[in-house]
Amino acid sequence: MATLSVRENRSDRAFTVTNYTVLTFFLLLVLYPLVYVLAASVSSPAAVTSGHVWLWPVHPSLEAYHTILQYKAIVTGFANSIFYAVVGTFISVTLTLFAAYPLSRPNLRGRNIIMVFFTIPMLFSGGIIPTYLVVHSLGLLDTRWALVLPGAVAVWNVIVTRTFYKATLPEELHEAAQVDGCSDFRFFFRIVLPLSKPVIAVNALFVAVTQWNQYFNALIYLTTPSKFPLQLILREILVQNIFDPSQIGDATKLLAEQNLQELLKYALIVVATVPPLIAYPFVQKHFVKGLMIGSLKG
Amino acid sequence: MTTPGYRTELTAAETKARKRKLLRRDIKRDWQLYALLAAPVAFLLIFNYWPMLGLQIAFKDYNPLKGIWGSPWVGFANFDRFFHIYQFWQIIENTVILNFYQLAAGTPLPIILALAINYAARKWFSRAVQMVSYAPHFISTVVIVGMLGLFLDPQMGLVNHFFNLFGINSVDFLGKPGLFRHIYVWSGVWQNLGFSTIVYLAALAGIDPSLHEAAIVDGATKLQRMRHIDLPGIMPVAIILFILNMGQALTTGFEKVLLMQNSLNLSTSEVIDTYVYKVGLASELPQYSYAAAIGMFQSAVGLLLIWISNRVARRITGSGLW
Repeated sequence: MATLSVRENRSDRAFTVTNYTVLTFFLLLVLYPLVYVLAASVSSPAAVTSGHVWLWPVHPSLEAYHTILQYKAIVTGFANSIFYAVVGTFISVTLTLFAAYPLSRPNLRGRNIIMVFFTIPMLFSGGIIPTYLVVHSLGLLDTRWALVLPGAVAVWNVIVTRTFYKATLPEELHEAAQVDGCSDFRFFFRIVLPLSKPVIAVNALFVAVTQWNQYFNALIYLTTPSKFPLQLILREILVQNIFDPSQIGDATKLLAEQNLQELLKYALIVVATVPPLIAYPFVQKHFVKGLMIGSLKG
Repeated sequence: MTTPGYRTELTAAETKARKRKLLRRDIKRDWQLYALLAAPVAFLLIFNYWPMLGLQIAFKDYNPLKGIWGSPWVGFANFDRFFHIYQFWQIIENTVILNFYQLAAGTPLPIILALAINYAARKWFSRAVQMVSYAPHFISTVVIVGMLGLFLDPQMGLVNHFFNLFGINSVDFLGKPGLFRHIYVWSGVWQNLGFSTIVYLAALAGIDPSLHEAAIVDGATKLQRMRHIDLPGIMPVAIILFILNMGQALTTGFEKVLLMQNSLNLSTSEVIDTYVYKVGLASELPQYSYAAAIGMFQSAVGLLLIWISNRVARRITGSGLW
């Protein structure tokens, strides 16, 4: 926002000062819990539980992270979550692009009917139980597919991507390709896909983060612990306070110290949150191109 | 699509035949586009439309052995049963209050924050605010609820340690039914406020700068420009978002409620979705028909809410979703 304030009058100056103060306060409010979790995760167990940690680590140690690496269910869960995020994102983004490109073509016959077909699920859904029964009758219960297939076509992403194509692909490009005898497949894979990088990045980020963070589908569809994603393990340890010392083998002695169990939770939060947070700044620069165009002009 | 200059008169039948021929030609020409569409359409048919057919079990006494189509019809019996359980009004009340509380806090705050960021002229500062405040959006629900558990723990939590410094006794925040809604809503605001400003910031960036220039020349203060230029500029976006949120007002946040729920706060934390989950999937003897009926009741109310809020928005502001 270009403020053309050559000379601010008194009320404007008061406003500016208040504005910066409130924003700074808000910034600290958002930041503090995150910093605290990080500081607590590398402090000594006793310092955390007795309330000596406020901002900086007290008696720094990496004990909690060591223990996490030995907790088998956490390591398996982490690997599973990466699998679900990668496979789920690949399937979902592919389907989204396959749907969005044809729907962005102005002359496609039946385009409006197909759009209605895509929009209805946004307004009305069968709900938890009927969806569960479908997954059941497809024989997908307790398979890894149950976590990546049911939500693979996210209608909102299709609409955003379609709008992106409408706004960025000039019709002349397609006409020129057609004159040269280029088929639709060839045009899509050779020309449209390379131009889709921003919208692919934004789609991939949102799908991957959603996959990484979801626990409920895993809760209702999976029963075999070796297939559990990280979030389900986190739910046991963080929310339900179920902790299985036998998972850690030789660290059992350390756990006699009940405080370590509390500390583990802080470290676990850091470990579970870092992957999506790392991905986000890389994609942020595409937000403007991919997301804004897609959502606003729609 | 028609050949220009083709002016001979055609009978209705001939026109129809011609149109059909053109249609066939177009479909043949575009077959590769339809081929691309096939996979996503199949996915929607299987995972979105098939469950809608399955919703008929809400009116049946579903028996897994007889299947969805073979089970006997029972009319509205499942709905009737839900309306007459003793917790009915409490569940409805909890669902409505929780979600409208969330809507009341979550609708105006992102607008205010977006305006504030927009008027912070120092670029590095407004970038920093955006960067930091988007971050919690990427934290999972399980982790958020886990953090609440850690911070609010009666013995070892940060908040109670802080209270103790001032001689205030520890409080079991998560065990108090009266605090459940506040904790739920305000932790949600902490998590999503920053991210929800994105749309409004984009809308603000789209406002014609000459409006502001003219207003400054006329001696308008920032607050006046905010009220008379920025607010009207982002209203259409705000209304669309509000209507969409209204439609989901009964369903959002179910996963978080389920995680935050415990035996102590059940009297305010039991909402429709958690009840559906309990009777439908988590119980020893899953009552699929009964749970599906409650889910359907909720979806229907959601559609009704979208329709009402769209009407109200159109009446008041002249614009709506449709």
